[in-house]
Amino acid sequence: MSQFERLKDHSQESRTFCFRALLAFMVVLLLIGVLLGRLYYLQVMQYDRYAAMSEKNRVQLQPVAPTRGLIYDTNGVLLADNRPSYSVTLLKEEVGKELDATLAELQRIIEISDKDIERFKKRLNQRRRPYETVPVRFRLTEEEIAKLAINYHRLPGIQVEADLIRYYPYGESLVHAMGYVGRINEKELKASDPKAYAGTHYIGKLGVEKFYESILHGSVGMQKVETNARGRVMRVLERTDPIPGKDLQLHIDLKLQQITEKLVQGEKASIVAIDPATGGILALVSTPGYDPNLFVTGISSKDYSALRDSPDLPLFNRALRGRYPPGSTIKPVIGLAAIDSESVPPTHSVWDPGFFTLTKGGRKYRDWKRGGHGKVNMKLAFAQSCDVWFYDAGYRMGVDPMSDYLGRFGFGRVTSLDLPEALAAILPSREWKRRARKLPWYPGDSLNLSIGQGFLLTTPLQLATAATVLANRGKWVQPKLLKGIRDRNEEGKVSINMPEIPNATSYPEDVKLKHPEYWELIVDNMVEVVHGKRGTARKIGLDAQYQIAGKTGTAQVVGIKQDERYDASALSKRFHDHALFLAFAPADKPRIALAVIVENGGGGSSTAAPLARKVMDAYLLGIDPNAEQDVALGVAHE
Amino acid sequence: MSSRDFERSMPEAGHHLRRKKGWWSYTHLDAWMLFLLFLLCSFGLFVLYSASGQDVDYVIRQAVRIGAGFIVLVVLAQFSPRILIRWAPWVYAAGVILLLAVMFFGVGAKGAQRWIALPGFRFQPSEIMKLILPLMIACYIAGRSLPPSFKHCIVSLVLIGLPTVLIMKQPDLGTSLLIAASGVFVMLFSGIRWRYILGALGVAAAALPGLWMVMKDYQRQRVLTFLDPESDPLGSGWNIIQSKTAIGSGGTWGKGWLGGTQSQLDFLPESHTDFIIAVIAEELGLFGVLLLLSLYILIIGRGLWMATRVPDSFGRLVAGSIVLTFFVYVFVNIGMVSGLLPVVGVPLPMISYGGTSIVTLMAGFGILMSVHSHKQMVMR
Repeated sequence: MSQFERLKDHSQESRTFCFRALLAFMVVLLLIGVLLGRLYYLQVMQYDRYAAMSEKNRVQLQPVAPTRGLIYDTNGVLLADNRPSYSVTLLKEEVGKELDATLAELQRIIEISDKDIERFKKRLNQRRRPYETVPVRFRLTEEEIAKLAINYHRLPGIQVEADLIRYYPYGESLVHAMGYVGRINEKELKASDPKAYAGTHYIGKLGVEKFYESILHGSVGMQKVETNARGRVMRVLERTDPIPGKDLQLHIDLKLQQITEKLVQGEKASIVAIDPATGGILALVSTPGYDPNLFVTGISSKDYSALRDSPDLPLFNRALRGRYPPGSTIKPVIGLAAIDSESVPPTHSVWDPGFFTLTKGGRKYRDWKRGGHGKVNMKLAFAQSCDVWFYDAGYRMGVDPMSDYLGRFGFGRVTSLDLPEALAAILPSREWKRRARKLPWYPGDSLNLSIGQGFLLTTPLQLATAATVLANRGKWVQPKLLKGIRDRNEEGKVSINMPEIPNATSYPEDVKLKHPEYWELIVDNMVEVVHGKRGTARKIGLDAQYQIAGKTGTAQVVGIKQDERYDASALSKRFHDHALFLAFAPADKPRIALAVIVENGGGGSSTAAPLARKVMDAYLLGIDPNAEQDVALGVAHE
Repeated sequence: MSSRDFERSMPEAGHHLRRKKGWWSYTHLDAWMLFLLFLLCSFGLFVLYSASGQDVDYVIRQAVRIGAGFIVLVVLAQFSPRILIRWAPWVYAAGVILLLAVMFFGVGAKGAQRWIALPGFRFQPSEIMKLILPLMIACYIAGRSLPPSFKHCIVSLVLIGLPTVLIMKQPDLGTSLLIAASGVFVMLFSGIRWRYILGALGVAAAALPGLWMVMKDYQRQRVLTFLDPESDPLGSGWNIIQSKTAIGSGGTWGKGWLGGTQSQLDFLPESHTDFIIAVIAEELGLFGVLLLLSLYILIIGRGLWMATRVPDSFGRLVAGSIVLTFFVYVFVNIGMVSGLLPVVGVPLPMISYGGTSIVTLMAGFGILMSVHSHKQMVMR
């Protein structure tokens, strides 16, 4: 074939090439022009847009969580602390698709349960902004931190972070009084100001921690940081420091609280002690308790179900939410109502055959004492807790004065300032029964009410509050835990000031009697219960160095429920009575008022009153009963 | 064969009017081109220090590669084009065999088989093909009368198509298209008739949907991402969004050397390799890019000028193709980083970090200088 090809024309080939090379160079220039046009478009025309995008990439606004305020007891003992705690965290952006592999690797290095992983994934879904690290496990030990440190290079996106975590040094002693904080959940986040809580991971869940959340929390700070593409902070560009939360000082006296708690250890019981001068709650015990530290970073479901399913109900705050029939402890208020409403004279006396009937041959309302007390006046009725005297008085005055006076002592409503879990319980009245039970009030209901049985249900806090009002001769002070906000000025001097509390709970007006002289009469009768020769609590009065005014109570139990008709024969013997005692001391110038309830504890005089005496001894005389426990037990079970 | 000898013995007009023989002509090197390449590489090292996160090790390693590249350039410049012509068909055949070997015995990563592993080192036959293909096509076409006939065009296209398809199968779409382009440039420079060119363009346009069919999923994804990067801003769109942000935020004068936040804070991926132009645009601004493009224009201009001075067709065609392919690298790289073209793995010539590309490019310039300086070849 080659023979037939045209001859090569070298100069023509060269010219063609030169022409095409020139053409190619034109095209090159044209295309470079296109590139330059593109760059001009991006760098000049769109400069503002891309400069802003680049700035948004680089600069992040990060919230800085404030340090939570501390909580002290009345003497300045630290009850709620913030302690550094190390947790291992994960940054999703850096881990990317390797999430499960990374978690599995972490599990090989340190102990992380599947439950931890489950909860971590939940937290991951609730993440509030990109590039936020999410904790996988809390409370790392030094050893675990070291193990993670040597594996860092293999685990991009994994970090050990230090955080301040709430710590309750006295654990379960104070949980029912103070509550606790826990990790903030979605619902709480929605309910709170999202900006204020942008950096906060913990929020008060119960008790004082919840009630004073706004004071304890502080104000969030902000920092502008430069981060790299993996979210790691390279520089802080600007910073507004957070304002730490304010410290609180409570009325709680840790020593008294601990002594009190020890007294009822092993029992299902509650004791609430109040300073009548201020309404400050000195001790608030509900046993059994539980360790609030378990809840701070999230309780394991095993621990939680153990607490939840325990028959002793440790999670149940008996002091604030336990609704008990008060039994005879209510009698000082009933007695006061009877004479002050002039339904019976103070000199009223009845013949007690051991029962009371509304109509001849009708239903017998029994006295606790078989055979009765014989002729009984008011003084003896208090001392011996004679039911028939109170049946008679209750029958004579009817329900309305009883409801009225009980209400003025704070029953049937929440009067405390800062105990968000407190219940109103039940103060029965005609309207209440019509509303709740769709039934009219029967005279028999009045008889039950007069001895603190039947529909009336009270919490230990309400009984202690009533004791406080009795101690103050009608003057109301609001029960509260908070003594004030604790400030320390430059010289280190501590000042305590009560804050303004918006929407504070209201409490009743002072109880004004038509016959103010009756106060001393009732107090004398209560003193007779402890110091009288025939007083039900005379054993605790024998060697007392101060005068105690008190009233024992023994409440019959059908669980905590109330049946519509009270039927003694249906009661199983395994339901022991609740032992109750209500008291204040010294009787003339009271410094402490309290209520004691021991579930299924037997009698008020044998079980509850000695406990009260020891609490009062501890507070008034500084005697620690645990030092002489053998003797104390001897007294209790004599 | 005898006719060819006759052709070659024909004296060419003007060839006796050579420039004065200078010192440089003995080295077979082109001083201007060397100087421009040296400037370009220096600029590259300067930018690389910033783009690598101020890592001197990277700069040193790259400098060593550049040095090796210059050595390859100098050595290749000494080879007579006759040797290239003689060996071209054999080396081409060997290249194709190696590509077949890659297909069966190759190693690779991320679903692509690109390397042949030999004891001690491994290499990419497709890189060698970048140099061989223009030599082969030029060898084939220049041996015949120009412009090439239709038949020769078809044979050339087959010679181009064979390695192209093999590389496309690896799969490495970017490289295969660049290699095909280097072959096609030879044909275009050879004076191929315009109606053939227009016809081929028509066929290519019609074949586009077919190309879509043979593309792998990740390649299709790249094209889709190119068309709408915002559809997946954190996934496949991330690179292009970040590079556009880097370029745009550089503005006219840039954020200053080492001052680019997109690159220094790792928002820009591949900042020291394929996306290095974004670092230049961010830190040195439009001004810096203009500087770089001027350098490229000078190199391309000088290269084409040198090509026109080559006395024989084979040398001209090879030289022209090498220079134009060099430009295609520049255009495709900057085009993809600035969002004009879909993302294909093409480095920015002489600037991007990476050894293979620099050595191959330098070898190309070595061949360019060889064909440019060995003028006596046809005179003999």
